[in-house]
Amino acid sequence: MSVTELSTIQPNKTVDARGTSCPGPILAAKKGIVDVKVGEIMAVLATDSGTKKDLPAWAKKMGHDYLGFIEEQGHFKLFVKRLK
Amino acid sequence: MKKTIILFSGDFDKVLAAFIIANGAAAMGDDVTMFFTFWGLNALRKPVGPQHKKSFLQGMFGGMMPRGPQKLGLSKMNFGGMGAKMMRRVMRQQNVTSLEELMREAKDQGIKMIACTMSMDVLGFKEDELIDGLEFAGVATYLGEADESNANLFI
Repeated sequence: MSVTELSTIQPNKTVDARGTSCPGPILAAKKGIVDVKVGEIMAVLATDSGTKKDLPAWAKKMGHDYLGFIEEQGHFKLFVKRLK
Repeated sequence: MKKTIILFSGDFDKVLAAFIIANGAAAMGDDVTMFFTFWGLNALRKPVGPQHKKSFLQGMFGGMMPRGPQKLGLSKMNFGGMGAKMMRRVMRQQNVTSLEELMREAKDQGIKMIACTMSMDVLGFKEDELIDGLEFAGVATYLGEADESNANLFI
């Protein structure tokens, strides 16, 4: 997805993992994904730059769809669509 | 899939790495079993444990080895404990999750932690001197777990 497409997404839930480092953001994703329904989108806010690689790896393993990330002021916003 | 980790080392940095990997794997939906043996058992010691009558040598071991995650030293540049203190400070500054938090998280995530009873006998640790929530078993239990695992680490 392009940055403009991503920035129009209204996530069903936003998980704030800013300030945490590995493995904080994927722990936050694991805890957060149960609160969205299948087909809904969760956003993860993170400051740890490794999350840009780690969250897609997590999503792939867990069978969810990683949509991409955008940069906001001082952090990344990453989007995952729950598939199961 | 299952992941198994043998934690042999009681060095702060190595224990930290083991718990980061374990928590990461659990967050990715894997079952994780950690098997603590020899110096790795030090990470599981209660800071203040109940007193037991021990042999002279086991008493020495118990007295000289670190009690719990707070007291572990670095594998390199420990400088008598100063290095570990500095490492902890840098970790706080960088917002790296502390070892204590990672150990709590491991418990919350249902990571199975097995303490090696043979090592406990050698080092003179009793079950109630180690943190709660552990299983106590030997090499066969670990190997049984490893059979079902697709990645196994010796740290």
